[in-house]
Amino acid sequence: MKKKWLSYPYMIWMAIFIVVPMALVLYYAFTVRDGEAVRFSLANFQKFCQPVYLKVALRSIMLAFYCTIGCFLLGYPLAMILASKEYVQKRMLLLLLILPMWMNILLRTYAWMTLLEKNGLINTFLGNFGLGPYQFLYTDIAVVLGMIYNFLPFMVLPIYSVLVKMDHSLIEAAEDLGAGRLTVFRKVTFPLSIPGVMSGVVMVFMPAVSTFIISRLLGGGQFSLIGNLIEQQFLWVGDWHFGSALSIVMMILILISTAILNHYDKDHDNEGVGGLW
Amino acid sequence: MSEKNVSENIIELVNIRKEFDDNVALKNLNLNVRRNEFLTLLGPSGCGKTTTLRMIAGFEQPTSGQILCNGKCINDVPPYLRPLNTVFQRYALFPHMSIYENIAFGLRLKKKPEAYIKERVKAMLNLVNLNGFEKRSIESLSGGQQQRIAIARALVSEPEVLLLDEPLGALDLKMRQGMQMELKDMQRRLGITFIYVTHDQEEALTMSDTIVLINEGEIQQKGTPEDIYNEPKNAFVADFIGESNIIDGVMLRDYSVHFSGATFPCVDKGFGEDNPVEVVVRPEDVQLVEKEKGQISGVVQSVVFLGVHYEMHVLCDHGIDWLVHSTAMSPVGSEVGICVTPENIHIMEKSCKKETVDEVEA
Repeated sequence: MKKKWLSYPYMIWMAIFIVVPMALVLYYAFTVRDGEAVRFSLANFQKFCQPVYLKVALRSIMLAFYCTIGCFLLGYPLAMILASKEYVQKRMLLLLLILPMWMNILLRTYAWMTLLEKNGLINTFLGNFGLGPYQFLYTDIAVVLGMIYNFLPFMVLPIYSVLVKMDHSLIEAAEDLGAGRLTVFRKVTFPLSIPGVMSGVVMVFMPAVSTFIISRLLGGGQFSLIGNLIEQQFLWVGDWHFGSALSIVMMILILISTAILNHYDKDHDNEGVGGLW
Repeated sequence: MSEKNVSENIIELVNIRKEFDDNVALKNLNLNVRRNEFLTLLGPSGCGKTTTLRMIAGFEQPTSGQILCNGKCINDVPPYLRPLNTVFQRYALFPHMSIYENIAFGLRLKKKPEAYIKERVKAMLNLVNLNGFEKRSIESLSGGQQQRIAIARALVSEPEVLLLDEPLGALDLKMRQGMQMELKDMQRRLGITFIYVTHDQEEALTMSDTIVLINEGEIQQKGTPEDIYNEPKNAFVADFIGESNIIDGVMLRDYSVHFSGATFPCVDKGFGEDNPVEVVVRPEDVQLVEKEKGQISGVVQSVVFLGVHYEMHVLCDHGIDWLVHSTAMSPVGSEVGICVTPENIHIMEKSCKKETVDEVEA
């Protein structure tokens, strides 16, 4: 209480970089430029309701959904390996997982381009067996692959932190009461790790649904996601009003999806998902 | 002979050795647990008692040796197939399940019908005096209640042996004493073998049929609580089980021992003649009398009131400090006489654990 002034810099920071931009986005989203004048309007949102834009939103959600599932299927076993007591080289594995995050996302995604290209590594390798070449680049698969690669650590780390903190005696208790390894996982380990899974899902889904770099590089110009659409409105079309409205739609999308997850996860008091609110 | 063994001993540990990396937790342990007995593994922390229990449960593998259950080797049987259940030190209840589901866990895995499960859970809650708690969540329970649920969960599938790993360690004194009585009573009623691990000697003395005192990976003594208390085999046992005066002495001949500057009659024999021994006298067995009437005499150094009795230190000739428990108080500085009746003098072979003896005398 006494040193309240210490928090002022943060409050100013928040005001300038969070509150003001949010207010501007809201202002632009609910107005249209009418010649010289600016007036309140819902036209931007009406524009979004056109099938061509709804399709983009749906696409974004679907691809983000596939990416989240992919991250979960790859990430959960990885988190288990990292958290297990027996596996000695976990530091190395953790480093390998985090190392790419030190590099720029653009670079990482360009690297995937050279891998997936017609004359890229993967097609060359397959060519040795007389297969291909396949068109990987500029497909949905490429976009989802790129997303999974970039966002996997966000799935692994929260699950890992829940698993590593889990009381080992719970697992022993389940074994003691007659549960084999699979049953222990099904009835104890997995249910108890759900908070970690939930925050992992949110942390992967949010950047995946709003990404524009990955879809632009790996998906080519032909597909655009909602993130690309927003980028276009601001940088190329110059329609800040529609761009802002799209941003708000996306925010609402993310809020709804986290709310659904949170609701599903109500039974578990946890820091993970709750902390994101 | 072997058939009799099978029926009498439910668990047998044969030449068990356990090493962790480079330190030895258990050295060649041999132990038989009889059916329906309450056996306590007692010892200071790090002595190997919990390791022993975990090996019986199947969570640890012995480095060498055999664990037999009903005469069959169970070394390679995984924990979930062993006919025994464990009560863990920190309860280890499943936080994502209700109390009902926690207790039903073992029965559900055995695919029992729901009606049977319901009946058993009810019976178990009745056993641990928590009727009507089915729907409650784990977090809403106190430590003592959680421990009862843990016991109910372990007993529900009617194991042949119940393993308890310091189950009362996290409870306060009053609750611990209540639970000790309840556990003992439960064991008698259900007729199940209990193997109980604790470092609390009082707990061990109160509850057990048999106490196995372990130190540094070796069994120091196995016997009834009375045996262990009254006839400790070595200085470690005497020191660990309650407070004692452990004094160097010389066995002059059968029934006569010289220590603390006087010769005392005793009831022990077979220690040879003029043989150095250790003499154990419990502080409550020391009688303080008038100076002239005592077998030896000394000066009271300190008096502490402990509720039931006074604890006094009496310094005698030869610099020997006697610990005395008595309901009558002698003031500091007064000269008193000390008497010990022959049956309260316990003779032990001289042990190599010299440091334990020094600690007591210092």
